[in-house]
Amino acid sequence: MSVDFGRRVLVLRPHRAASVRFPVRPALVCLVLVLVALAAGMLALGTGEFTLTPSQVLAALSGEGTRAARLVVVDWRLPRVLLALVIGAALGLAGAVFQALTRNPLGSPDVIGFSTGAYTGVLIATVLFGNGYYLVAAGALAGGLATAVAVYLLAFKRGVQGFRLIIVGIAVSAMLVSVNQWFIIKVDLQAAFAAMLWGQGSLNGLGWAQVTPVVVTVGVLCLLLIGYGPRLALLEMGEDAAAALGVRVERTRLAYLVIGVGLTAVATAAAGPISFVALAAPQLAQRLTRTPGIALLPSAAMGACLLMISDFLAQRAFAPTQLPVGVVTVSVGGIYFVWLLVRQARR
Amino acid sequence: MVLTRTPAPARPAAPATARAAGIAATRARRGAGLAVCLAVLALVCLLSIALGTRNIALGTVWDAFFHYTDTDDQSIVRDLRVPRTVLGLLAGVAFGLSGAVIQAVTRNPLADTQILGINAGAGLFVVFAVGVLGLTSLAQYMWFGFAGVAFALTLVYLLGSAGRGGATPIRLTLAGVALGAVMDGLAGGIRLIRPRAFDYLRFWDVGSLAGRPLDVATTILPFVLAGVALALIVARSLNAVALGDDLARTLGARIGVTRVLATVSVMLLAGAATAAVGPIGFVGLMVPHVVRWIVGPDQRWIFGYTVVCGPVLLLLADIVGRLVVRPGELRVGVVTAFIGAPVLIWWVRRARVSAL
Repeated sequence: MSVDFGRRVLVLRPHRAASVRFPVRPALVCLVLVLVALAAGMLALGTGEFTLTPSQVLAALSGEGTRAARLVVVDWRLPRVLLALVIGAALGLAGAVFQALTRNPLGSPDVIGFSTGAYTGVLIATVLFGNGYYLVAAGALAGGLATAVAVYLLAFKRGVQGFRLIIVGIAVSAMLVSVNQWFIIKVDLQAAFAAMLWGQGSLNGLGWAQVTPVVVTVGVLCLLLIGYGPRLALLEMGEDAAAALGVRVERTRLAYLVIGVGLTAVATAAAGPISFVALAAPQLAQRLTRTPGIALLPSAAMGACLLMISDFLAQRAFAPTQLPVGVVTVSVGGIYFVWLLVRQARR
Repeated sequence: MVLTRTPAPARPAAPATARAAGIAATRARRGAGLAVCLAVLALVCLLSIALGTRNIALGTVWDAFFHYTDTDDQSIVRDLRVPRTVLGLLAGVAFGLSGAVIQAVTRNPLADTQILGINAGAGLFVVFAVGVLGLTSLAQYMWFGFAGVAFALTLVYLLGSAGRGGATPIRLTLAGVALGAVMDGLAGGIRLIRPRAFDYLRFWDVGSLAGRPLDVATTILPFVLAGVALALIVARSLNAVALGDDLARTLGARIGVTRVLATVSVMLLAGAATAAVGPIGFVGLMVPHVVRWIVGPDQRWIFGYTVVCGPVLLLLADIVGRLVVRPGELRVGVVTAFIGAPVLIWWVRRARVSAL
């Protein structure tokens, strides 16, 4: 145990030449968040029209218990819980990347118009080709990525600067929002309502078929993030400082943008645009861990925790009506803003 | 942040009479410009009545007013195009001027009812009134529009100006976008729970002047007029506010009173217009900017010009929307977004903006 700038750090030295350092508080916070998320997941596995006790759930998960219990827990509920955890973590990471890049607590992938573009893509796909899970996912991916690229290029002028990126994102989003609303008027009420449901972000109706692609892509992007190491924290110190410390600013920023957009794209393609997890998770995690900058791992844990709890609430709060989880996360966003206001006012 | 260009320093050598003559000449020029704008507005109003999805001969349009014989074409002119033009006039005044007032009071050149989430606030409250309380008459849910505007404006300002550094344009903008997203999301949630409200409101959402009877315009008229009057009253004090709070206070401006009055003005203007025609963005962003290039930093002239030029832009956008995709039509909110967003992008790409 050593003390580093006032923070307690656990140093493991398995070998004389190698050591691993764990800041104690962030590690503890991550552990607690993961435990909370898992507990919420257990709760979600056990409740519903077919209620099970935790021990029955555990039995079903380990391949024992009745066939009915295994069917409900493993085949029906487990994929949704896994997706909530993975997508939540992906959104938390994406938010952390964007907030570090824009150096602003209100930065999020939505700022560069990603969700709006994804929504446009889905609407176009629905209108042109009809409704289908993979069609919708492909439309969301194409729309979101095209929008992100367009915003990036429009904001590019001897490098991209946070302020310009944000304003261009707002402008492009505004255009796409009006296109979306125009589409919603054009199509019939049924299709409009379906698109609207997707547009809120929902985990309803996801199964094992969606788990593998999501987990694999998120995993690959996480490896990339780990590969880039500490450069995000350097970028967060400002362009000049980062450049002086040996970071190639423009190239690194582009790489992080791609990773952040990729994480958001996976989440959006699977579940629609789930808002505010990406915005709130990194900030809440930072408050809890008291790290000086945005930290990736706690953000991911916080994102998983937030989305898992939100999805549980969305399923159970107005049962049997299944709300889209996006409605709950929007409320989380509202509470988060109120909390920000109160905290600032107290200063 | 400097909102306005600093005026050229007065030449001390110039004799007083010459300076007075210069001021008089400037005033005359601005007055003449306003007259030109009024003439353009009159022309645009006539165009809005004469042009449309359906080709109607000018003679028939003339007859509709002076030799009315109750044919289809004549009643289209009288019962559809005239109310639409009147509503466009009022909404243009309201959206344009509310943008100008917000820009002045927040000292933020990027402010607009859409960008700052004010339309979303009005929208959320209106959706609540329609979806949950079941109101269907504009005269009733307009009050919710007012409340929504006041709510959103207050929250955005508090969130954007909290903490160190005060309300910079970027913080206000982000606060507005983020809060706007929350309120849009909540409104979406209400709609999902009440599908009937969804159907009723999906046509309101885009912002359209079409298909609203004349009494929509008469309902919002007194509120828009009151908002315009208030804005013109506080214009002088807002000139002082543009110099910064401390300097304004030493010049004798009552900042608190000015802010409250300006906010009430925005509330009346944006709330009434949003409740009547739905959220229409970018009119309040573009018009004051263009006007500022013409008349300079004096808010009194900016407001005066905006009152005239706001409806010019909105009616032109509406006419364009009627003509480009005949026989269908684009809603005016779509057209203003497609004009306004490129303007905003161009504006932010210009050289020195990053140093706001």
